[in-house]
Amino acid sequence: MSEDVTIDEGTGVDESVSPPSASERRQLHDMWAAGTEEPAWVVDSTSEGAQLMLPRDQASPGEVAEEGGTLVTDDRLYDDEQYEEETTILNMGPQHPSTHGVLRLQLELEGEIVRRVKPVIGYLHTGMEKTGETLTFLQGPTNVTRMDYLAPFHNELCFSLATEALLGVDLPPRAVAIRVLMTELNRVSSHLMWVATQGMDLGAVSMMIYGIRERELLQAFFEKTTGLRMNHNYIRPGGVAADLPDGWEEDVAGIIEKTPKGLDDYHDLLTHNPIFLGRTQGVGVITPEECFAYGITGPPLRAAGVDWDLRKSQPYSGIEEYDFDVPLGENGDVYDRYLVRMEEMRQSLRIVAQVAESMPAGDYRTEDLKVTPPPRKRIDESMEALIHHFKIFTEGFKVPAGEHYQAIEGPRGELGHYVVSVGEAKPWRLHCRTPSFAAVQALPVLMADQLIADSVAIIASMDPVLGDVDR
Amino acid sequence: MADPPGFLTTTINGIANWARHQSSWGATFGLACCAIEMMQTGAAHNDLARFGMEVFRASPRQADLMIVAGRVSQKMAPVLRQVYDQMPEPKWVISMGACASTGGMFNNYALVQGVDQIVPVDVYVPGCPPGPQSLMHAILTLHEGIKSGEFVRV
Amino acid sequence: MTDELDVSEHLPTTEDPVLPPPLAALAEAFADATIEDSATGQHVIRVPAAHLVEFAQAARDGGFEMFVDLTAVDYYRQRPGPRFDVVIVLVSLRHNLRLRVLVGVDGDVPAAPSITGVYMGANFYEREVFDLFGIDFTGHPDLTRIMLPDDWEGHPLRKDHPVGSVPIQFRDTHKVQ
Repeated sequence: MSEDVTIDEGTGVDESVSPPSASERRQLHDMWAAGTEEPAWVVDSTSEGAQLMLPRDQASPGEVAEEGGTLVTDDRLYDDEQYEEETTILNMGPQHPSTHGVLRLQLELEGEIVRRVKPVIGYLHTGMEKTGETLTFLQGPTNVTRMDYLAPFHNELCFSLATEALLGVDLPPRAVAIRVLMTELNRVSSHLMWVATQGMDLGAVSMMIYGIRERELLQAFFEKTTGLRMNHNYIRPGGVAADLPDGWEEDVAGIIEKTPKGLDDYHDLLTHNPIFLGRTQGVGVITPEECFAYGITGPPLRAAGVDWDLRKSQPYSGIEEYDFDVPLGENGDVYDRYLVRMEEMRQSLRIVAQVAESMPAGDYRTEDLKVTPPPRKRIDESMEALIHHFKIFTEGFKVPAGEHYQAIEGPRGELGHYVVSVGEAKPWRLHCRTPSFAAVQALPVLMADQLIADSVAIIASMDPVLGDVDR
Repeated sequence: MADPPGFLTTTINGIANWARHQSSWGATFGLACCAIEMMQTGAAHNDLARFGMEVFRASPRQADLMIVAGRVSQKMAPVLRQVYDQMPEPKWVISMGACASTGGMFNNYALVQGVDQIVPVDVYVPGCPPGPQSLMHAILTLHEGIKSGEFVRV
Repeated sequence: MTDELDVSEHLPTTEDPVLPPPLAALAEAFADATIEDSATGQHVIRVPAAHLVEFAQAARDGGFEMFVDLTAVDYYRQRPGPRFDVVIVLVSLRHNLRLRVLVGVDGDVPAAPSITGVYMGANFYEREVFDLFGIDFTGHPDLTRIMLPDDWEGHPLRKDHPVGSVPIQFRDTHKVQ
C-alpha cells in the first residue's frame, strides 16, 4: 500500500490512498498478531484491535506520518529505505512504572531508535462527562476534581468559574483571594510531584523522596483547610466551602520559607548535573508551530519560547492583582521544560506571599441565598434557611440556560470546562478540555527519531496525568 | 490443600508465613488518585520500607502483593487480570480506595464496580483517596493475616 | 428562576457592534456563518458543515493559530434543528481572542468533515467524539475508538444511552416484607 507513495516535505500525504476502515484495521491486526509468537489468549484479552499500531507495510501513509511525528514539519533525520526489515513494534504499558499512569504506547523501534509512536489511551476512562450530567452544579466539583488528581483545585476552580459565569454571581474578594491562594499552592505541589517523578524516571530515584518531602507540607495545609489531602471539593460555585482555619498565616509562612530551600537543593542536585544535562538537553524538542497545531499549552509551550500564559493574557479569578513573572525557555527541550517549571514554582510562591499579606476580610462565599447554602447554625433558627438548605442539596440550584467555555492556566496547560445548561439544576453537557490529552497526542512528534531511553524523559517532561487524558 | 498435620510442616509453614509477611513486595498497579497516595505512603514521611515493602516491582513476576490503587475501567480490566495471573503464588491483593472496592462515586458504564469482580481481594481500604495511615493499616492487617495464616494461599 | 437572578447588568450583549477585526473578517468572508448570542459574552459563530474546512483554513490564516478543543453536544429533543452540535474552540495568540465554532450535525446520519487537514491536533478529539457520540468525521485518517475498548457497542454520551449504573444492592432490607 505504501511502496509507491512518497511523503512530501511538510504535511503532504497522498490523498489517493484511503486509510483502512476500523474493521479492516482489526482484521489486519489480528492477521499480524497471529503471525507473531504471542499466545492467542494474551493477544485476545488485551488486544485493542483497531486502536493498535499496524506494521509499516500495512499502515496508510497518513497514519505513518502521524505516528512518525511529521504531520506539521517533516524533520525526519533518517533515510526512508534503510529500515524496511529491521523494525520491531514494542508495547509499553499500560502497566508500566514510568508512564505516569495507565498510558499504553506502541513504539516502532529500529534498534534503539524510536521511529513511530502510537499512544493507546482510555485505560482510565471513567465516564466523568456522563456522570457530570447526573450530578447537580453543586456536586459538580466532586466529579471534576478527580480528573487531574495532582491539581484538584484547578479543576474545581474552572468548573466553579464556568457555573458562576452562567449564573452571573459576583464573589466577595476574600473568596477570590482564597481561591488564588489554594490554586497557586496546588501549582507548587503539582510541580513538586512532577520533579519527583521526572528525577525518578531519569534514574535519580532519591528525587522521588525529596519532591514528596516538600509536598507533604503543602498537603498538611490542604488537609487542615479542606479536610482532605487530595480531591478536596473545596472550591464550589459561589465561593469556597469553608473559611481558612485559624493559624493559616503561620502555616503559609512556613511553606514559603521551607519550600524554596528544597528547591535550592533540587537546583544543586539536578540543574548542572552532567548526567541530567546529557539526558535532557536537546531531547524531546517541540517547536512553537507544532505546539499550536496540537494545542499544547502551559510549560511546554513556554519552554518553546512562546509567551502565552492565561493568567496574564486572559486573567480570571483575581489573579491580575498579583505581581509575578512568567518564565520562558528557548529550545523547547526537556531541559527547558524543567527550568520553566522550577521557576514557575518560585513565582507561584511569590503570588502566595502576596495573597497571604493582602488577604481581605469578609465572606468566603457569596451571599446570594439561591446559590449558597445557609450557615449551619441558622438552619435551627429559620425555616427559610432550612428550606434553602434542603432545596440546594437535594434538587440543586437552577442555572440559566446558556453555554460557557471557561479556560484557566493549570499546571499542565490550558484547562477548559465547557458547560451547557438548559435551565435545570444539572448541566446538560459538561466537557473538559484537558491539557494532558493534547500532550499525549503530541508524543509522536516529541519521541520520534530519539532513543527509547529518551522516551521516558520525554513523557515525564510533558507531565501527563492520565485521569486528565481519559476522564 | 491439606497440609498433613505434623510438627515439622506446621513449623515450616509458620516460618514461611513469617518470611512472606516481613518482605512482601508490591507490584506497581497505581491507576489514578490513589496511586499518588500510595506513592506518598512509600515516600519519606510515611515510610513503607520499614515494614519490609522495600520496593515496588515493575514486573509482576517479582511481586507478591498487588495494590490496586484507583479506578478500574472496562478497558483496563483484562490487563488487570493478566497482571494478576502473571504474579507467582503466593500472592495477595489489596483493593485501595472506594473505586477499586466498589466502583466508588462513578456508578456508570465505564468502570468495573469493584475489582473483586476480576481478582480475589484480601483487604479493602475505604477512602477517596485513603490517606497513608489508612493504607498502612490495611497493609499491616494483611501482614498480620499472612503471618497468622488467615489469608491462605498455596 | 432567572427573574430572581438579574444578570443583565453583568453581561455584554452581542448587539455591541464592535466585533474584533479577525472575527469580523471571517463573518464577512462566509456569508452563511452566523454570529451566535452568547449568554456570557463570548465569541461564538455557527458555520454550516459544508463550509467547515474552508472556514477552519480561513480562521487559521486569519490569526487563529492554536487549536484548543473539539467536542460535541447532543441536544436530543431540546431544540428544533440538528441533533448534534460539534463545538470547536480556537485561540488567536496574536490578537488574544478565543473563538467557539458551532457546527450543526444531523441526528439520522451524523457526519461532519474532519479538520485534521488544517489543525493536526483535532485528530484525537475527533476520534473521541466518534467514540462517544457516533459522529463520523469524513477525511479523518484513522477513525477508531479511543476511550472505550475496541469491541464496545454504543455511544455512551448520547442522551438516549443510559448512564449504565448498577442498581444499589440491599437497599430495601430494612423494610419489613
